[in-house]
Amino acid sequence: MSTSEAIVKPSAVATSPTFARRFSISRAKEQLIRLSLLCCALISILTTVGIIFVLITESIFAIPPAKAFFQEVSVREFFTETRWTPQFAEQHFGVLPLLTATFLITGIAALFGLPIGLASAVYLSEYASPRVRGFIKPILEVLAGIPTVVYGYFALVFVTPWLLRPIFRDFLGFDVSIFNAASAGIVVGIMIIPMVSSLSEDALRAVPRGLREAGYALGSTKLDVSTKVVVPAAFSGIIASYLLAISRAIGETMIVVIAAGQSPNLTLNPFRSVETMTTFIVNVSLGDTPAGTTVYKSLYAVALTLFCITLMMNILSQWVLSRFREVYE
Amino acid sequence: MLTTFSELVEQKQPETATNRETSAKPPATKIETKDLSFFYGANQALFDVTMAIPEKSVTAFIGPSGCGKSTFLRTINRMNDIIDGAHLTGQVLIAKEDIYAANVDVVELRKRVGMVFQKSTPFPKSIFDNIAYGPKIAGMRKKSMLAEIVERSLKRAALWDEVKDRLQDSALALSGGQQQRLCIARALATDPEILLMDEPASALDPVSTARIEDLVFELKQEYTIVIVTHNMQQAARISDRSAFFLQGRLIEVGPTKQIFTNPNEKQTEDYITGRFG
Repeated sequence: MSTSEAIVKPSAVATSPTFARRFSISRAKEQLIRLSLLCCALISILTTVGIIFVLITESIFAIPPAKAFFQEVSVREFFTETRWTPQFAEQHFGVLPLLTATFLITGIAALFGLPIGLASAVYLSEYASPRVRGFIKPILEVLAGIPTVVYGYFALVFVTPWLLRPIFRDFLGFDVSIFNAASAGIVVGIMIIPMVSSLSEDALRAVPRGLREAGYALGSTKLDVSTKVVVPAAFSGIIASYLLAISRAIGETMIVVIAAGQSPNLTLNPFRSVETMTTFIVNVSLGDTPAGTTVYKSLYAVALTLFCITLMMNILSQWVLSRFREVYE
Repeated sequence: MLTTFSELVEQKQPETATNRETSAKPPATKIETKDLSFFYGANQALFDVTMAIPEKSVTAFIGPSGCGKSTFLRTINRMNDIIDGAHLTGQVLIAKEDIYAANVDVVELRKRVGMVFQKSTPFPKSIFDNIAYGPKIAGMRKKSMLAEIVERSLKRAALWDEVKDRLQDSALALSGGQQQRLCIARALATDPEILLMDEPASALDPVSTARIEDLVFELKQEYTIVIVTHNMQQAARISDRSAFFLQGRLIEVGPTKQIFTNPNEKQTEDYITGRFG
């Protein structure tokens, strides 16, 4: 019969009598892809775990018979001693000069980068016409792509001799060293502008249009709406962008190595040469220091301190985002 | 359907009658438009709308979605200025003054023409700061004056008793209906002459809607109110005059009772009786 033949025909393609799984090439391929994607995801996790493991074994508990840094130098000395002279005959391991230098430069960077970054975000999101925005945004992104070594030399050969020295030495009479915290701080501040502005702009643009209209309907000027309605409504996103930018500034290495110098002075004078935690790590790892010495291990203790600080900043920014986020439909 | 509306209007009639008696002389015109056409870029959204809105009354704009009633409402406080590429021809006069004249300060205009939106838009601030926002940006700094304005505005918006003990709490913690009354209070705080309401109750439950409607009825003693609504029972319940829009054109405007029971235009009657829309 022609009708029964028509029904039988398709079943010739689907040969299986049951729904049970069977091996097939396409199923194997599916599994393979799933596993390789999982491996990719695991790489970054394993790297992080590996880094934490190395930092801890070199600085807190070593695998015997080796001794970890804090088994040779007390935690108390590390955090209260005010001299950092690991490469001198008389060794002192007080991390305070390095910490102070890091926070001094981060502070200067924040002073410049955060307000300028937010102001450019407000301009791009509230004031700029689409044409101007399409022109400025790519330029900001180029700024984000400049290698930090270039920023470092910019600080050393432009900011210090052409900006800081004429103003602060020649005009105001300060003693400005060629390597100083101020030039490094200003340039790190410039470096974080694109990060702050792009993340803050996202937060500002996520503020619903209705809120802006409500502001205008009450007789607000554009400045009123931007500063009193939109910025407060995007507060959590802006703070999160600030915290991420600050943790980026804390970890910044190349600029401070080139522009801030290598003298571990415990000072808050921005015109003196200082050594940050990252600078010290670079100096020790350049190769003159024999592995296994206390100096060598101090590198890991400093790195662990730095890691804890940036980790705390990241956790804080996550917390701010979830705690203060206003949910808009 | 028609009978229901007629009944509604009939029920409302005694109230309107008493209102009319107290104000013996016919109310003056507050808002007037002449040959108003509005364009979103190349799209024309309004065609030659000419209308007069009397003061201290409620005028409802009705019509199907996309008929231009919201666009028309937003020309009255120049809210459409924010939209790129929008422009208009014709005139909008408030108290005989052309609000699109070159020397008009839009900020000043919007202080005198308040607006309440479809979706409540509380700022992410405290209840107090939401209400005090308008007076503050207008330059008022005195704490005692601000507190007085906040209390008066919240009382007028029938929200005071519910929030007086938690003025410093976030406005976002209020319920939907309370948020909308907060927005009305916020609009009243700048002491406007005109209150524009763009479907203020469309996202609210019936109880909250009833409260908003009572409020509109109260407020028209002092303010000229223009309200856009999708809900025709609502228009019939609260408005003195109604305007029917269709495809960007004003089809008919007149006393609500007449629009709902005896419209002049066939299209109005078709819409009111639910034959389309």
